[in-house]
Amino acid sequence: MSIFLVQILTGLAYGMLLFMIAAGLSIIFGLLNVINLAHGALFLIGGYVTLSLVNNYLNFWLSLLVAIVVMALLSVIIERFLLDKMYGQEFEQVLLTFGLMFFLADVAKWIWGTSPQSIPVPDYLASSFSVGVVSFPVYRVFVVLVGCLVAVVMWYLETKTRIGAVIRAGVDDREMLGALGINFKVAFTGVFAFGAALAGLAGGLGGPILGLYTGMEGDILILSLVVVVIGGLGTWKGSFVGAILVGMADTFGQMWFPSFSMAIIFIIMGLVLLIKPSGLFGKGVGA
Amino acid sequence: MGEVPWLVLTVEKIKTYYGNSYILQELSFAVEKGKCVALLGRNGAGKTTTIHSIMGLVPPREGRILYEGQPITGLPPYRIAKRGIGLVPQGRRIFPSLTVRENLLMPARPPRNPEQRKAWTLEEIYNLFPALKERENNMGNELSGGQQQMLAIGRALMTNPDFLLMDEPSEGLAPVIIEQVEEIIKTLKQTGLSILLVEQNFYLACNVADEVLVMNKGQIVWQGSPEELLKNEDVQRDYLGV
Repeated sequence: MSIFLVQILTGLAYGMLLFMIAAGLSIIFGLLNVINLAHGALFLIGGYVTLSLVNNYLNFWLSLLVAIVVMALLSVIIERFLLDKMYGQEFEQVLLTFGLMFFLADVAKWIWGTSPQSIPVPDYLASSFSVGVVSFPVYRVFVVLVGCLVAVVMWYLETKTRIGAVIRAGVDDREMLGALGINFKVAFTGVFAFGAALAGLAGGLGGPILGLYTGMEGDILILSLVVVVIGGLGTWKGSFVGAILVGMADTFGQMWFPSFSMAIIFIIMGLVLLIKPSGLFGKGVGA
Repeated sequence: MGEVPWLVLTVEKIKTYYGNSYILQELSFAVEKGKCVALLGRNGAGKTTTIHSIMGLVPPREGRILYEGQPITGLPPYRIAKRGIGLVPQGRRIFPSLTVRENLLMPARPPRNPEQRKAWTLEEIYNLFPALKERENNMGNELSGGQQQMLAIGRALMTNPDFLLMDEPSEGLAPVIIEQVEEIIKTLKQTGLSILLVEQNFYLACNVADEVLVMNKGQIVWQGSPEELLKNEDVQRDYLGV
């Protein structure tokens, strides 16, 4: 029983990390109509930047913050100078972002090497606390809380702010937004940077749990694409639910059927697609 | 045609294409400040393309468009809108993911010349369209056709334009609602707004317009006052199918 509770926490924490990555992927698709295949690489670099800073005696929190800012700036450069020329050209976008994934992953290999590494966390987060006989790692609880906080912030931004209204309107009818005097390119850049910042945050937060290793960008990308497919494209709420599902399925899959855990995730995805092809929270296919 | 101070809009020999189809064939016309000009013509005459060309949604390949004497050809739509042009598009194009209130507040912008024109506020839009006030928390797609049209007009007014492009505001509406639209256009004219009205509804256009332009195959083929058009059965038959 105690193992079970700890595994639930592990699954939730993993799910929250996937949520932060997939939510960015999903809202970028919703507004920009771009599947950013380099998103996993942004996660990895976010993790490595945090690692470097922590290793150079910078405070964990500051390191995370710097990683977020670095990823946002990097993504602004990517969006302004590369992606901007390819809006509406899906094939070119796929090639561009796929190429960027390899490029960024190689840069990471070049700077940080190929051996797996982990990010050390402050002592107060590295400890555990006990409830009865069960001992829970504080860090995972912390990750779950951050994930929930991100969800609340996204809910607030989406429903309560003018920026959120502009973005929803842009997803509905981008051309009309322009005709009302709103420069949606600014919104594009902003959403792309926000998504990348979330990926960077997830990388920094995930480093202590998942480690950082060569090839991780692909693993993370595939899992977050599965989350997006399950939850529905263009909706962060779908990503939230989908990520928890995938996080739990992966964690319990590895406990009960270690050699079969990845298959379970894809079976869930297949079932969701059979029942609701646009994903749990998706608005419909093709729009 | 040069920069004439009493003209709000001058369209000079524009050629606009959709892909390879040549739609606007050296189209030229002008709109005087404070006037309502109606653009009539059959389906496919190029009326909506004219609106899209002015707004920059489908920029002309040749020719130029002057707004208040300044060229706006080739500018992105958001810059054209910011010059003071409001769009009430064909089919309303209300944002379904936004509430009525958000549809109005999201694009809101102060007027460019606040000393000359009083700004539209949410309350004033609600005074003009009480039905929108009642439904302000409904989503954009939960309105009737007439209410959506009111919302599309209100949304454009919230950008505090000096010049309003209205693309078939009567489309698909019941006669009672069309009368309301007519009253609203008359009210807007009284505020000093210049209007370019594209219509299929011949009588609505003649009731509100100061001047009528008749389009056929991407060109202006007739121009005159509504009274003249009402008397001219040849033009009505040949180009409008009345």
